[in-house]
Amino acid sequence: MSSPLRKLLPYVLSYRKKLALGFVFLLVTTTIQLVSPWVLKYAIDELMLGVTRSKLIGYAGALLGLAVLGGAGRFFMRRIIIGVSRLIEYDLRNRFFSHLQQLSLSYYQENRTGDLMSRATNDLNAVRMMVGPAIMYSSTTGITFIVAVFLMWAISPRLTFFVLLPLPLVSLAVKSFGSAIYRRSELIQAQLAKMSAITQETLTGVRVVRAYNREALEIERFKDANYEYVERSRSVIRLQGIFYPSLALLLGLSGLAVLAIGTREVVSARMSLGDFVAFNAYLMMLTWPMIAFGWVTNILQRGLAAWKRMLDVLETEPTIKAPVAPSIVSNVGETKGAITFKELSFSYRDRPVLRNVSAVIKPGQSLGVVGPTGSGKSTLVNLLPRLFDPPEGTVFIDDHDVRDIPLAVLRGFIGYVPQEPILFSDSIIKNVMFGSHSNKKSLDAAEQAIEISRLDKDLQGFPKGFETEIGERGITLSGGQKQRVAIARALMVDPKILVLDDALSAVDTQTEDEIFSHLHHIMRERTSVVVSHRISAVRDADLILVLEDGRVHERGTHNELVDAGGVYANLYQKQQLQAELEES
Amino acid sequence: MMPYDDDLFTKSYDSRLMRRLLAYLRPHRVEVFIAVSAIAGHSLMQLGLPYLTKLAIDRHIMTGSLNGLEEIIILCLVLLSSCFVLEYIETYTMQMMGQKIMFDLRMEIYRHLQHLDLRFYDTNPVGRLMTRVTTDVDALNELFSSGVISIFRDVVLLVGIMILLLWMDWRLALVAFSVLPLIMVVTHWFRKNARESYRKVRFLIARINTFLQENITGMATVQLFRQEKNNFDKFDSVNQAHRDANIDSIFYYATFYPTIEFIGALATALIIWFGGGWSLQGTLTLGALVAFLQYSQRFFRPISDLSEKFNILQSAMASSERIFDLLDTPVRSAKFQEEQRPSGGGRIVFENVWFAYNNEDYILRDVSFAINPGERVGIVGSTGAGKTTLINLLFRFYEVNKGRITIDGIDIRSIPLDVLRERFGLVLQDVFLFSGTVRENIAIGKRSIEETDLRAIVDSVNAKSFIDQLPGGLGAELGERGATLSSGQKQLLSFARALVSSPKVLILDEATSNIDTETELLIQEALHRLMSNRTTLAIAHRLSTVQDMDRILVFHKGKLRESGSHQELLTQRGLYFKLYQLQYKDQETDSSFSVMKTSFSSSQ
Repeated sequence: MSSPLRKLLPYVLSYRKKLALGFVFLLVTTTIQLVSPWVLKYAIDELMLGVTRSKLIGYAGALLGLAVLGGAGRFFMRRIIIGVSRLIEYDLRNRFFSHLQQLSLSYYQENRTGDLMSRATNDLNAVRMMVGPAIMYSSTTGITFIVAVFLMWAISPRLTFFVLLPLPLVSLAVKSFGSAIYRRSELIQAQLAKMSAITQETLTGVRVVRAYNREALEIERFKDANYEYVERSRSVIRLQGIFYPSLALLLGLSGLAVLAIGTREVVSARMSLGDFVAFNAYLMMLTWPMIAFGWVTNILQRGLAAWKRMLDVLETEPTIKAPVAPSIVSNVGETKGAITFKELSFSYRDRPVLRNVSAVIKPGQSLGVVGPTGSGKSTLVNLLPRLFDPPEGTVFIDDHDVRDIPLAVLRGFIGYVPQEPILFSDSIIKNVMFGSHSNKKSLDAAEQAIEISRLDKDLQGFPKGFETEIGERGITLSGGQKQRVAIARALMVDPKILVLDDALSAVDTQTEDEIFSHLHHIMRERTSVVVSHRISAVRDADLILVLEDGRVHERGTHNELVDAGGVYANLYQKQQLQAELEES
Repeated sequence: MMPYDDDLFTKSYDSRLMRRLLAYLRPHRVEVFIAVSAIAGHSLMQLGLPYLTKLAIDRHIMTGSLNGLEEIIILCLVLLSSCFVLEYIETYTMQMMGQKIMFDLRMEIYRHLQHLDLRFYDTNPVGRLMTRVTTDVDALNELFSSGVISIFRDVVLLVGIMILLLWMDWRLALVAFSVLPLIMVVTHWFRKNARESYRKVRFLIARINTFLQENITGMATVQLFRQEKNNFDKFDSVNQAHRDANIDSIFYYATFYPTIEFIGALATALIIWFGGGWSLQGTLTLGALVAFLQYSQRFFRPISDLSEKFNILQSAMASSERIFDLLDTPVRSAKFQEEQRPSGGGRIVFENVWFAYNNEDYILRDVSFAINPGERVGIVGSTGAGKTTLINLLFRFYEVNKGRITIDGIDIRSIPLDVLRERFGLVLQDVFLFSGTVRENIAIGKRSIEETDLRAIVDSVNAKSFIDQLPGGLGAELGERGATLSSGQKQLLSFARALVSSPKVLILDEATSNIDTETELLIQEALHRLMSNRTTLAIAHRLSTVQDMDRILVFHKGKLRESGSHQELLTQRGLYFKLYQLQYKDQETDSSFSVMKTSFSSSQ
């Protein structure tokens, strides 16, 4: 057994009892099916001799009885085995999703959403076909084949020999076609994922596509991918087109052997007519296994390819791991909220983003970070909740390396508001309370958070108040409203450290002003980190870092920096200049 | 309980859907003809084989003479090899036809999605739409490649066998056919139930897709708020529902197939009983009896096969219903009689425009204003004042509820969409980048652009320095949605993007809100040059962005409240003045004092 399949085994084996029962039914029903031609054989032979009608009733009754038993067995077989495949599918999908939840931000930046989704649905279905129907049919096939050949042998070894003559050819065909189909279906699945990804992208970015009249170009891009899919399918279809008729032909040759040799055998009385008929019936029974064999091979190959693609994800180690030996900080309440950056250098994909950044922020103090686009401001604050992993010994909270603090605890005391918040299709209030449980106390807190973020101003614009559902990713909210929902959401977790990563960029000045004055009040008890390109947002900070190209270019308080006459002062002057320009 | 409830219970008629599906076969008539001929030939030849056995029994086994057996064997060989060739032709033609139809269908859906109203996207999650393009189309693939035409094969086989049986012995044939009503009853029961459960399964799969889509995009947020457990539980419940719906549907299949096989056994028993009796009386040859037994087995194969196809048909029906629903969503409600193109300078007029995203919840109320060619107009107002909506309407992302928008006096609804949108260079507040290179993202709306022009544009928006730092420069691959770039960098790219098509009208939607002051000043400079010979409409939060515009429109609660130049508006001491004051109250008080002084002096 190849190793990817071994990894699938535990999922299958957790249902071993059910599966065992299913196989018992499978065995029973297959055996019963194999007995019927034997009844036929006796019936025909006795007809040759001339029997009474009462005996005929017996045979007819026997056939019916067998059919009832076989049918019942088949019912349970299907229910149990196919049912188990659905259970396994369910387990695998949950497993897949929970693994996705452990993977870090960088993974999602490098892998397309559509591709991951395709693995969780299309590929998973192929895997299920492999563990359910494919296993069931291949078992039935195997048993039918062995028993049928055995019974044929009992009727006429000579004839059986001729019938089985093409068999080596069959297995050869199955093997070579199988691996060729496998390779090609892997390519088909990959192309399907690509098409999904393109669709996902253009649908998410529909506004831009429209605004730039890019519809035709997008259609063309999709058309290319679609065409490639057809071409890749064509190569599999060619193989299948040869494969099935070849099996049928080989089987037909066996039938021919029975006709040519069997007739002689009966005429020379080495075989009865009943034998001849039963033999033919068994041969017919072999038809299905032969066809199913090809079909099952196809499913197995497709399933294996799909499973490998799922394993790609399942075996991606989360880059951000829980600490092996967690630090003593074990609950949120104990945190004071001091932050230390110690000679922090950080590279993303071999590109240095931060170089030797050091800073100390005491509990309750605030840090302002300014700097030009791409200077590493966002990265610096992304390292705090470990959205990216800082090198060991560089980022500390209360003297604990963030890498040593249990992830859940760490993220529990950081309230993080990103530049471009992601909201979920749910009501506004549910989004605000995203990080907390809903009870009376939290409802009060939510009310307060909504007030601080000035969402209450928009209340009348929401048809059902805060119960208003927002579209996927909050599409019906304006950028500023989204940002304010995100602020309320972050406040709801009652954070010790509040991180605002340019969190008010889409909020108008009046509202921003109101939010800041509200925030000032509650920030007194918290450590805060404010990233902004507006001096007004950071001028009250206890420490301001001016980043440039990942380095701390200047540091100090607002007044110190203005007096120093460097980049910050220059920036400040420019912003003042703008103000003065407006006054002219 | 769920917003898509109606998806689950829609009733529709198979025949109507089927007819519409079959229409997709029309462009592939030749293939259909080839496949059908191959199938007909193939099936009939297959039917010949048991008859050869009958001949062997009656002519040789019963008589004990082997004379002429060679003829039967040669005939058999001929049949087998023709079957081989015909089956290959049949498989290849059918499967390829299926693929081509899927190709057409995917293109049709995709194309339709590219033209659907944006309003549609507000209510339909992307995950659900993706299910249409992939999973649902795949379900139809089976219908065309192994369904429709092999149903034909089964029918040919059935009719062929029936004729053969009647011809061999009509009495025994009627005996064999006596089980048919039973089959019909069972099939009807199955049909009804399987369809319902299929619909449910499809619906749940779409929900799984939606959930995945949202959670994968927002995974960082989920992790930051430690909602892994919570969201996992939500996922688990959808996943469970999907599993249970599937297990329910297994019941119908598990019951159906054995029942059909049992009915087949019943037919065999009847043939033995009656046929055996007649054979004893000498009114039926033994060869015929054996042939009957063989044919009756083949008789039930196509029937259970037909029901297997039902499986495919069910899922195809459920899928096609959804696909057609999507395709039937009208692209534009109001289409104007004849197309017109603006030919003048491009005067844009909003005439008594009313607009609401939902029902009566008006975002814009009776808004009227004009933008003259070459004029630079700034739009300000607090969040939710309806500023972005103006752009959505101008681009016809949405249609006005009342009133109209004209360019050179022509209602924009009669201007072809691409002509309309070509006029505008848009910079949105949410920069959307596609996976692809930086170059592709900048030259987004154009098939080709001179490298020197591109570099000049990149340079002019100050994006050159950071692009040069990327590995590969302009050729650098961006991750999904440009996740590797900062907001400011994305903004710079979107500026370049807007300039590439050298638009007549430049539209900036809070475009500079994410750029640091230093970069912004440089961009302002670049924009200034551009605006000098271009109509410009700029929506801004910060008044500095719009203060040197020719005219500033102040919106409040969906209404146009003030209009005029920066100086004029300050003099009015209205809303704009208030906004202005608020924005700069951080600055020294004496400077705002001087503002008042200036405004006073200019008004005198």
